Amino acid sequence: MLTIDNLKKHFGFVKAVDYVNLEIKEGEIVSIIGTNGAGKTTLVNLISGYLKPDSGRILFLDKDITYASPYVRIKLGVGRSFQLIQLFSNITVLDNVRTALFSKYGMIRRGLLPADRYSSVTEEAIEVLDNFNMSDKKNLTPTGLSEGDLKILDIAIAFALKSKLLLLDEPTSGVATNDKFKVMDSIVKAIKKEGISTLIIEHDMDIVSGYSDRVIVMHEGKVMAEGKPDEIMENKEVKATVFGIVS
Amino acid sequence: MFKNPRWILYLLILITLLFIPRFLSIHDLMLFEYGITFAIVGLGFNLLLGYTGLLSFGHGAYFAAGAYTVAMIGKYFPQAYSLEILIPAALFFSLVLSIIFGFVCVRHTKIFFSILALSLSMLLFALLFKLYHITGGSDGLRVPLPTLFGMSFKGIRRPEFLSGTYYYFLLIVFAISFIVMRGIVSSPFGKALQAIRDNEVRAELIGIRVRRYRLYAFCISGVFVGLGGALWTFVNGHVTADLSHWVFSGEIVYMTLLGGFGIFEGPIIGAIIFTYLKLYAMGNTQYWMFVIGATLIVLVMLLPNGVAGAVSSLWTKIIKKSD
Repeated sequence: MLTIDNLKKHFGFVKAVDYVNLEIKEGEIVSIIGTNGAGKTTLVNLISGYLKPDSGRILFLDKDITYASPYVRIKLGVGRSFQLIQLFSNITVLDNVRTALFSKYGMIRRGLLPADRYSSVTEEAIEVLDNFNMSDKKNLTPTGLSEGDLKILDIAIAFALKSKLLLLDEPTSGVATNDKFKVMDSIVKAIKKEGISTLIIEHDMDIVSGYSDRVIVMHEGKVMAEGKPDEIMENKEVKATVFGIVS
Repeated sequence: MFKNPRWILYLLILITLLFIPRFLSIHDLMLFEYGITFAIVGLGFNLLLGYTGLLSFGHGAYFAAGAYTVAMIGKYFPQAYSLEILIPAALFFSLVLSIIFGFVCVRHTKIFFSILALSLSMLLFALLFKLYHITGGSDGLRVPLPTLFGMSFKGIRRPEFLSGTYYYFLLIVFAISFIVMRGIVSSPFGKALQAIRDNEVRAELIGIRVRRYRLYAFCISGVFVGLGGALWTFVNGHVTADLSHWVFSGEIVYMTLLGGFGIFEGPIIGAIIFTYLKLYAMGNTQYWMFVIGATLIVLVMLLPNGVAGAVSSLWTKIIKKSD
């Protein structure tokens, strides 16, 4: 589904992404781990079109999207959430999701009838919120939500776009430890229901091993190791570099 | 529409407004008409400030575009000097100017947007001021009474015209503008603008072409302000280049803040209050600008959400207490 070929992005002397190759298959949940500054978020920014690479290629569903605008990527089915939550803070939870749906269906040019008149879109937005157990909060604004709910809403917006590939940048950062698994359970349940391929950046190894089919380890802009979660946990080089455990 | 109690209230206000000419003196009615034209301006201006998050200090330019369209048709094409031609013409020329200026301005946000909007309006001011033989320069242009669907108002004095046919014409145009703008802000398009206002990065990443939608908002806003400008000319009877000066643009900002830009009805209330406040301040003291400035300071410190915002939060508190 997604093929990254020799992707490079340097910021001056900093090799944020240094000739990275990777592949994500359909329906696969892949986690990227690595120390701070390993290039994980830069990689997600390159895939989502937020940054443009120096060289290399990004193929999505066999289309070259290396230099495509974020708009084109979204239309093709690349959605993302953010490490620092990015929401529409002064409109309701329902409108946060509904606006994404209006955009997806090309309806945001409709400028005379109230949004409530488009009942099928409203119903779909409530269905999306139901998937994440959030429909009871539909009339609140994001300012009235907990950190965990904000994270879920951030992902629900990306989910509403019916993305074929979801890029989740630290979906549990800032969430209370007790709520992390609750947040991930509702996210992964919704993702698996739709068979969406997912790339997750995560630091918490319990989350990584509990929810990923495959783990990619990045270090200083390069892919250091790749494999099933238990294989990665046993990899000596990863243990030493990422977890600081020398055996 | 009328299932919502808010619309019933709007209808009651409209019915009351129909009978206002019977109770107000001609002078007060004229002031009220100034207020209505500024209310249309406020509706347009707030689409950009309250719903798209862009503060323009140059909206006097589109007001001037509407006003000068009327005045120049009156001077150069008197045979076409009829309201049913003048209003569409004013809408067209304010749209054209909005597209040109908006194309430049929406490439930036925040203070850069505000300054660019201001600069471009001052450019128009310089043109209107310097091209004396075309625009009348500092003397401006006189605006005679128009015809309406063949009805001529020759021999009628302006106050009589304003307290009769024109008042109802103004009210109809205001009601249409109100309904259209209400539709725009609550539509999917309006939601997209609010999404851009709240978080442009995220808006782009849900597939909204941010710059393009800002331009759409800018143009709609400019057209409403141009319409307000065109309607204002008949009340005022005279246009000058000052309409495109940043001081006048500042007054548009002021009245929107006064009413409250977070509430749809805010700029309408602000426009009406501002019209009376300015006139009574000017009539009572030569330091009227001091009064306006002091009011603004009090407003920012005590009523940051404007008069409408304060009334709305008071109403919410009363409702909560009664529950």
